Amino acid sequence: MTQPAVTTDPAADAVPGANDVFTVDGLNVFYGDHHAVSEVDLTIKEREITAFIGPSGCGKSTVLRCFNRMNDLIDIARVEGTVRYHGVDLYDEAVDPVAVRRRIGMVFQKPNPFPKSIYDNVAYGPRVGGQKGNLDEIVERSLRDAGLWDEVKDRLGESALGMSGGQQQRLCIARAIAVNPDVLLMDEPCSALDPIATGVIEELMKEIKSEYTIIIVTHNMQQAARVSDRTAFFTAEIDEHSGQRRGKLVEFGDTGAIFSNPGDERTEAYVTGRFG
Amino acid sequence: MHERQTVSLDTLRARRGDDAAGHVFFVLITAAVGLAFFMVGAVGVDVVVEAWDILTERLWDFLGSPSSADEARSGVSQGIRGSILIAAIVILTFPVGIGAAVYLEEYADDTWLSRLIQVTVRNLAGVPSIVYGLLGLAVFVKGLDGLTGGRSVIAAGLAVAVLVLPVIIITAGEALRAVPTPLREGAYGLGATQWEVIRTQVLPAALPGILTGTVLGIARALGEAAPLLVIGAVGFYTTGNQDFFEQLRGAFTALPMNIANYARLPAETWRGHAAAASVVLLILVFLINLVAIVVRARISKRLGR
Repeated sequence: MTQPAVTTDPAADAVPGANDVFTVDGLNVFYGDHHAVSEVDLTIKEREITAFIGPSGCGKSTVLRCFNRMNDLIDIARVEGTVRYHGVDLYDEAVDPVAVRRRIGMVFQKPNPFPKSIYDNVAYGPRVGGQKGNLDEIVERSLRDAGLWDEVKDRLGESALGMSGGQQQRLCIARAIAVNPDVLLMDEPCSALDPIATGVIEELMKEIKSEYTIIIVTHNMQQAARVSDRTAFFTAEIDEHSGQRRGKLVEFGDTGAIFSNPGDERTEAYVTGRFG
Repeated sequence: MHERQTVSLDTLRARRGDDAAGHVFFVLITAAVGLAFFMVGAVGVDVVVEAWDILTERLWDFLGSPSSADEARSGVSQGIRGSILIAAIVILTFPVGIGAAVYLEEYADDTWLSRLIQVTVRNLAGVPSIVYGLLGLAVFVKGLDGLTGGRSVIAAGLAVAVLVLPVIIITAGEALRAVPTPLREGAYGLGATQWEVIRTQVLPAALPGILTGTVLGIARALGEAAPLLVIGAVGFYTTGNQDFFEQLRGAFTALPMNIANYARLPAETWRGHAAAASVVLLILVFLINLVAIVVRARISKRLGR
């Protein structure tokens, strides 16, 4: 089987070190016998928004879930290769996934507020984490950062399930940043939202990227082009022997370059809308 | 190209014979509901009519008096006490069943052993209750007589609890499995440990379903007569003046035994006693279930569903 080389923007790898948050080396993910993601290498920079794009089944969400060890929750998932977080191997035996997830927060595809009050949703992370500090202040600051405070400040005690979808997703962002994480992983956070709510979330991402490193998986190429600094394009290949889809990284570089001057014809075909 | 469609009201009118199967199905299910109502109603009316004289003339005396050879004085106080004690022992074992379900659903790896246990629990739910009576006789009456005092309400309560546990484990397991994955992932994603996720998200979300199982379990526990028969509930005893602890470890009876016993007496005049005891049992089941249903409704409301 031929393995086309990954085209990588030379500028991205030029200065290794200090501001690298994640360094991924030879990442392979298996679900039982299914080799879902093959040989991914990439580096995520601090306080940037990195977008993962690609067609369905290309493994971009699977890769995202390696960054906070969410794949641990799936019994049959197996991860090979290294994912370094500020130089520490996240899959070292000594690493506690709970401690990882307190530093690397996640926002999911469908808004998933807890069936509790708005306040208790935001306070959940600090409470289970035994975080010190005034809970009221943490809740207010998180809701302000998520641009939700003015809309909900008079109904903090009401159920979060009564909010609109866009509000719920911003609540999930507020909930994630309440534990004061270093990184935010966002798995298609706008796919269940209308264009206006999507715009609000995108603005929010741009505002908070001064404090957080953000990785976003998106099906929406325009969204990647609008918000991200760098873009990774994944695609799925059909394995000749098993017939299974296997995701791989095709190209990774500055968003501008990926969209205007892609180095790989598959990237070009995808970003110009010819497949995917 | 299509020709231009001509549409009149008749085009859109329902045609005779459209959806005939649907209408037949609707008639059948309506009949099924009607039959169910009729049967429950018939039993209820029949029992209440039989019991009417006792319930109207000497209700409190009937509830408060022990069994007696004298028709006019015989009551079901011992049966009520026994049934409530059995229900209490069964309720005390619910955490064991819920804990087993949490272990099987949340912690156990998917191995041949855990699957075997799951299948076994499902099969145990279908074992006839008299078999549990024999188990109770061997284990709780004979084996653990130091604890239970032999043929006692403790032994009976434990035997009925073992009988009910599979139902509790299965329904609790179903309820836990129905907790949506996004809810769990949301909590894990914020750095909650497995136990924190279970305690703060999974169990509260599953609680309404778990309580449904406990309602079924309590109803079953109160209605069972077969295991009590094997363990040796006394059908008709006239002493009944022991204190609480003596009764826990001594001779006992329960409402189903009272009913069976009254119904078995040859004289027609005792029929009313059997019917009245049945009404008392039904009301007891209803009251205990009402508590569970109210709790479930309050939790569901708090969860905003």
